[in-house]
Amino acid sequence: MVTLNVNGKQLQADVDADTPILWVLRDTLGMTGTKFGCGMALCGACTVHLDGAPIRSCMTPVSAAEGRKITTIESMSASRVGKAVQAAWVKHDVPQCGYCQSGQIMSAAALLASNAKPTDRDIDAAMSGNVCRCGTYNQIRAAIKDAAATLSA
Amino acid sequence: MRTAFKPSRRNFLKTSGLVIGFALPGAQRLAEAATPAEFKPNAYLRVGADDRVTVVVGLSEMGQGVHTAIPQLVAEELDADWTRVRVEQAPVDEAYKNPIFGIQATGGSTSVNGNWGPMRKAGAAAREMLVAAAAQTWKVDASECRTEKGAVVHKSGKKLSYGKLVAAASKQPVPKEPKLKDASEFKIIGQNLRRLDTPQKVNGSGKYGLDVRLPGMLTAVLAQPPVPGGKAVSVDDSKAKQVKGVRQVIQIPQGVAVLADGYWQAKKGRDALQIQWDKGANAGLSSEGVTKMLTEATQQEGKVARNEGSVGSASGAKTLEAVYEAPYLAHACMEPMNATAWVKKDGIEIWAGTQSQGPNQGILSHVGSVDPKQVKVNTMLLGGGFGRRFAPDFTIAATVLSKMSGKPVKLVYSREDDMRAYFYRPASVTRFAAGLDESGKPVSFTARVASPSIMEASGFMKLPPDGVDSFAVEGVKDVPYDIPNLRVEYSRQEPGVQVWFWRSVGHSQNIFFSESFIDELANAAGKDPFEFRRSLLGKQPRYKGVLELAAERAGWGKPLPQGVHRGIAVAQSFGSYVAEVAEVSVDKDGRPKVHRVVAAVDCGEVVNPEIVKRQCESAIVFGLTAALYGKITFKDGQVEQGNFDTYPMLRMSEMPKVEVYIVKSKEHATGMGEPGLPALAPAVTAAIYRATGKRIRKLPIDPEALKA
Repeated sequence: MVTLNVNGKQLQADVDADTPILWVLRDTLGMTGTKFGCGMALCGACTVHLDGAPIRSCMTPVSAAEGRKITTIESMSASRVGKAVQAAWVKHDVPQCGYCQSGQIMSAAALLASNAKPTDRDIDAAMSGNVCRCGTYNQIRAAIKDAAATLSA
Repeated sequence: MRTAFKPSRRNFLKTSGLVIGFALPGAQRLAEAATPAEFKPNAYLRVGADDRVTVVVGLSEMGQGVHTAIPQLVAEELDADWTRVRVEQAPVDEAYKNPIFGIQATGGSTSVNGNWGPMRKAGAAAREMLVAAAAQTWKVDASECRTEKGAVVHKSGKKLSYGKLVAAASKQPVPKEPKLKDASEFKIIGQNLRRLDTPQKVNGSGKYGLDVRLPGMLTAVLAQPPVPGGKAVSVDDSKAKQVKGVRQVIQIPQGVAVLADGYWQAKKGRDALQIQWDKGANAGLSSEGVTKMLTEATQQEGKVARNEGSVGSASGAKTLEAVYEAPYLAHACMEPMNATAWVKKDGIEIWAGTQSQGPNQGILSHVGSVDPKQVKVNTMLLGGGFGRRFAPDFTIAATVLSKMSGKPVKLVYSREDDMRAYFYRPASVTRFAAGLDESGKPVSFTARVASPSIMEASGFMKLPPDGVDSFAVEGVKDVPYDIPNLRVEYSRQEPGVQVWFWRSVGHSQNIFFSESFIDELANAAGKDPFEFRRSLLGKQPRYKGVLELAAERAGWGKPLPQGVHRGIAVAQSFGSYVAEVAEVSVDKDGRPKVHRVVAAVDCGEVVNPEIVKRQCESAIVFGLTAALYGKITFKDGQVEQGNFDTYPMLRMSEMPKVEVYIVKSKEHATGMGEPGLPALAPAVTAAIYRATGKRIRKLPIDPEALKA
């Protein structure tokens, strides 16, 4: 049994300590907004925040999250940055198939939380771990810049 | 070769141009299920008393925007208030047949093409019924009424919203041939309206196949044969069964499945299985062997796909020959293949991101020995499709596992399972020969294509009597240039790997082949590749139109920064025309960098220009990923790639600037999910040729070959 803080709530899960956070979220807690893409931290679809920093939940064991705060796509609208990022994603109609977008938004929100005015190079560095098979990268870039402008206004 | 498709033998791809009116079989039956608070004139839309319009779409949303484009068609003729329009995924039913396929399925860039007429008629019929209802209510003639933004308006100024007319409209006869608008009257078609599926895709609430959860459900992970066609001869599951949460181990034709409480336990259990495999006939399969087999086949005469004039008698003053090759490719949808099945006493229910609801209904009825009507298909959002989700391997296996376990089962492929489940874009080799006359004009053109047959692999098509697989030669056979002597041949070669439809199908490799060879001809003729093409497209106005627009917008012929070079290519696929100009540099390590791609598109009348542009850009990224990195290779029968480290994807830092321009056209609307892809690779490699003097004739591009 592990005790987790997910989106501000204390939750208990009866899982082995080596279970990746991704599968605790999805299978045990029923929070399916965080996606499974590769299982090897190669695509970023599973990105969540651990104490505010972006991590790949498919490779991070749940034991690493005890006593720390997990934030997922389901609570993005609760933070100022998350809300701005989601609004920019809607404004730019970013998603196509949409499957990678939870992870993209989590990476973008983490970037903007630590860097209010990211350059193109900053965006490349922060977002190149997130694959989009539909190729929405230019729209993601535009949405990040838009969210940055909103947040600094 | 896998045989899992045998029950599906049903020729459903009737590409005879069949266009059915909106009153498809079943449409009326589904309509009658309406509750009194709704007006439901047919299977495709409902109007609520609250003025909300629900458009019911039988097509799968996999990113291509069909859940927005189809509602736009309906809403236009309905004169709906777009802000009150929502979309709903349809069940599997005759009413939702794809008019081009003759069965409910999404693919081949057919959705807008096939539904342009039927869905507009569905909206127009509803509009006429609402007008009749209002006229009756007001006791005026219908001709005195018009509609706007979800309301009927009388010439006196009286106005009733559609919601107020639901009861009266439900009593009106359904018009058989409702009047459609002239394109000049369009208010919704042609507009950059926002996608209806965006909100759920930015807050995590959208439900994909993988997100399905049922009470008592088990999750299955499958140990697949390590070699295509292999069989498990002995299975020791003792260690797997010791894994906490593992409930059952079941052997099925596709492999050995471990069923557990969740994915992680099932995967751990799967990884703990000890299986002896009989590798079967493909144990010696290698990519070198595939290349050899295909290349040698192009040295022999094949089945004739096209023959004009006499290539033998016109060799020309200058002759060229070249051999091109493309590898097997995986689709690598971001959402790995998965399906949830529940075989119950009274039938089968399945939840999946599938492109083939209709075929699945038939196939799964055989798997479960039930009537097709007892198979319910719930279409979830698709985390990418690209043709892969047309295949029923995952729905079949999930159904078998549910039947055998007695539980609802969600079968999940790991990324590696997904990449190694075969269903690849065929490897292909094409040998070209051509002759130019003294002025540099091509007088003869021969192409010999050798590749596996998708038609035969599909399970629902057969090679036609002429022995030519149309998917294998599309993009070479229809080379559009004015060349008097032209011959295209096809040789079916089967190295033993299941092949499948992959975004833009045969065009994905064949346009690379043919357009690259045309670029070689231009170079041999000493002509500019844009002008050379242009001079040979006199009888092809739509090809010429996009070629000229792309060249103009790209600034063809104008100076570029030091080290950056342009390449151009043009293609027609699925009825849509696309030309692309790529700007590329190559660094000292031979690595190409694509800076900018300019595309021009002619897809007839356009439903949503922004979605057309985004789809074109998406296909450019897909094509660029394949050109730079894409290859599935075999060694000792095993696939050498497994995840995104060995099968890389284009990433943010490599993304070129993309501009897409649309040709104004009154031609019939055609699809854009695929047609942006084919021209990309030849445009990029033509630019690389200009940058390095080296001709890429084999994909993916090998930086070693381009080193300075």
